[in-house]
Amino acid sequence: MTKNIMIVGVGGQGTLLASKILGKLFLTKDYDVKVSEVHGMSQRGGSVVTYVRYGDKVYSPIVDKGEADIIISFELLEAARWVEYLKKDGVLITNTQQINPMPVITGVSKYPENIKKKLMDMGVQVEGFDALTLAEEVGSPKCVNIVLLGHLSHHFDFTEEEWHEAIRSCVKERFVDMNIKAFELGRKAGYTVLNRIGDFISNVIS
Amino acid sequence: MSKCLMLGNEAAARGLYEAGCEFVSSYPGTPSTEITEFAAKYDDIYAEWAPNEKVAMESAFGASFAGKRSFCGMKHVGLNVAADPLFTLSYTGVNAGLIIGVADDPGMHSSQNEQDSRHYAIASKVPMLEPSDSAESKEYTKIAFELSEKFDTPVILKMCTRVAHCQGIVELEDRDIVEDVEYVKDPQKYIMTPANAIKKHPIVEERLEKLRKWAENSGINRIEEGTSNEYGFITSSTCYNYVKEVFGDKYPVLKIGLINPLPNNTILNFASKVNNLVVVEELDGIIEQHCNTLGLKPIGKDKFTNLGEFSQTIVANAFGIKKEVPFTFKEELPARPPALCAGCPHRGIFYVLHNRDITVHGDIGCYTLGAMPPLNALDSTVCMGASVSGLHGFNKVAPERANNTVAVIGDSTFMHSGVTGLINIAYNESNSTVIILDNSITGMTGHQQNPTTGINLKGDPAGKVCLEDLCKSIGIKRVRVIDPYDIKKSEQVIIDELDADEPSVIISRRPCALLKNVKHPGPIKCDTEKCVGCKACMRIGCPAISMVKDKAFIDETLCVGCGVCGQMCKMGALPLRKEADND
Repeated sequence: MTKNIMIVGVGGQGTLLASKILGKLFLTKDYDVKVSEVHGMSQRGGSVVTYVRYGDKVYSPIVDKGEADIIISFELLEAARWVEYLKKDGVLITNTQQINPMPVITGVSKYPENIKKKLMDMGVQVEGFDALTLAEEVGSPKCVNIVLLGHLSHHFDFTEEEWHEAIRSCVKERFVDMNIKAFELGRKAGYTVLNRIGDFISNVIS
Repeated sequence: MSKCLMLGNEAAARGLYEAGCEFVSSYPGTPSTEITEFAAKYDDIYAEWAPNEKVAMESAFGASFAGKRSFCGMKHVGLNVAADPLFTLSYTGVNAGLIIGVADDPGMHSSQNEQDSRHYAIASKVPMLEPSDSAESKEYTKIAFELSEKFDTPVILKMCTRVAHCQGIVELEDRDIVEDVEYVKDPQKYIMTPANAIKKHPIVEERLEKLRKWAENSGINRIEEGTSNEYGFITSSTCYNYVKEVFGDKYPVLKIGLINPLPNNTILNFASKVNNLVVVEELDGIIEQHCNTLGLKPIGKDKFTNLGEFSQTIVANAFGIKKEVPFTFKEELPARPPALCAGCPHRGIFYVLHNRDITVHGDIGCYTLGAMPPLNALDSTVCMGASVSGLHGFNKVAPERANNTVAVIGDSTFMHSGVTGLINIAYNESNSTVIILDNSITGMTGHQQNPTTGINLKGDPAGKVCLEDLCKSIGIKRVRVIDPYDIKKSEQVIIDELDADEPSVIISRRPCALLKNVKHPGPIKCDTEKCVGCKACMRIGCPAISMVKDKAFIDETLCVGCGVCGQMCKMGALPLRKEADND
């Protein structure tokens, strides 16, 4: 059975690195994997999407509307834009950061209000949290991607060490410590968001 | 054997390495760029950025001629530029193997059109291989060299966005030891005078038929059996994946690996075993038309569009299979188009051009984004170099508009094909003003070096074309250099040069704000005491500036402190760039 993950955000937020780390991880678990990216013009601050698919045999490199098991959104408006791609029982993990697109900046359009609440009212399983603040805590807003992966890690059975190893293999050596820290913060936040306080305590104790 | 996850482009580069390729010359273009970037990482491969695709292809041919396996890479529109050598290299054939890598961009993620490169293979009578994933990208690259040498022809390796920019699993093998092919002088083969070319044409036609025979039996086109013969699919490239995604092993599939020439007998045989023949292909109906010439009437473009990219949903919908879309956000959402980056050196120039209502002939690169609101600075964008040549024609027939019309072109694009347009301006004397937006890099495709940067693809110091000297030597007497972060001075120079009664070139020089070695003063803050909310700073369309509670707000994660907004602000709420202060 093929599983579909989408990583959406704004060009420049580091969606490609997040998908690269996921791809590495699934590869080490002997899955067939495809990771689809878009380069070029849309990377200049535009809406960007990366597809990660894994399973016994993966054919299509892309995920279509109504097919995503998990959407990880790096920005709130992008969560709303791509929610059509989510499956009925899919999970939407979103950073609650807002980045104004040009039409909002120039005053042609308005940034929608209460997006998270509206998504939840639609019946979407939303796991939203402020990944930017956590990233800044480890020293760089660029770590938003890894903070989000930390949260995502709760949806898989991989060990923490396996995640760390995948991160290590994809980032430059001098950024490894910062990124591992970002991952841990995201993972910790995940316990809170997912209300897995019990798991968290037992994890800390062990 | 080790397995890794590779982009299709990276896998093609790996194929070049494993096949013993020694020479790569390319011009960057999305989605083809990474083939060459990854090839350059192998010490055994000499790799370079050429000024344009025609030069790249001819250089690769030269290396093949000398006896080394060679490659040139480009995007679909780049093949238009290199079409001239392509058609005649089909006649000369090769010495050592020669591959032409071309990547199409259906859906135009980063292109000005979505032409179908398969037409070129048919028109030039050159074989074309079409991989469907990363593993095949490597495998087909190696096959391409074998075909090239066996059939004495260049071979086109055709990628597309969803193959080039999709990572899939690839098994690594060692590099083959390939003997150099001896260079032997052979005028009949390589000198394409009419007398020699006439003798070559029938050989080209025979070669196609030999290749067609090879395609019937080599396994490059494969049949995957199904459990029902109600439908049978002929497909290739990424469309093969969509068909398999929707139908699995239900219906038989003839997967085409060699798109030119197509295997007549294999197709006829396959068609005879299925009730309804279906051809699934993106863009034009190339396989379908071939089926038609064989007397088959497949389901094809009557059911599938010739526009844009396909997906599993498009294939499913064509067969009445509907999928549920459980969630739709009801409100209309603001679009998020790409924009010039915060600190982009092009912004100030576009502000001036827009503000003065100057007609602007645009070109291909990041600066095409100057067309977006609120700058709305461009009047046209066609192809690489067209700004300069278009400006010349415009000014020749509308001289009364010449002092209010400019061309804008990037440093790399100018080297690619802008310089020939400038020669035309100098030679045929139009009163034209060309602005070279020199950000010292090829920006849009992800920071590739070019002849003006002084660094080569391998990262080593290299020859450096001086734009000022080049323009002067062409015959342009008025060559001015400006700093686009200084709006006032830049504007004055633009006014002066437009007023001048002879051709001029303005070099707007500032390195791309995203370059790692560029030092920025760092983010500024808006002084909310001084800000009156007049929105003057919003006119430059900087993504780092927005209005919060009727005051300008600077996003510190984006702002680099270029100081352009400070020059808009009459209230002194936004600080000027420190260097600009001292002027």
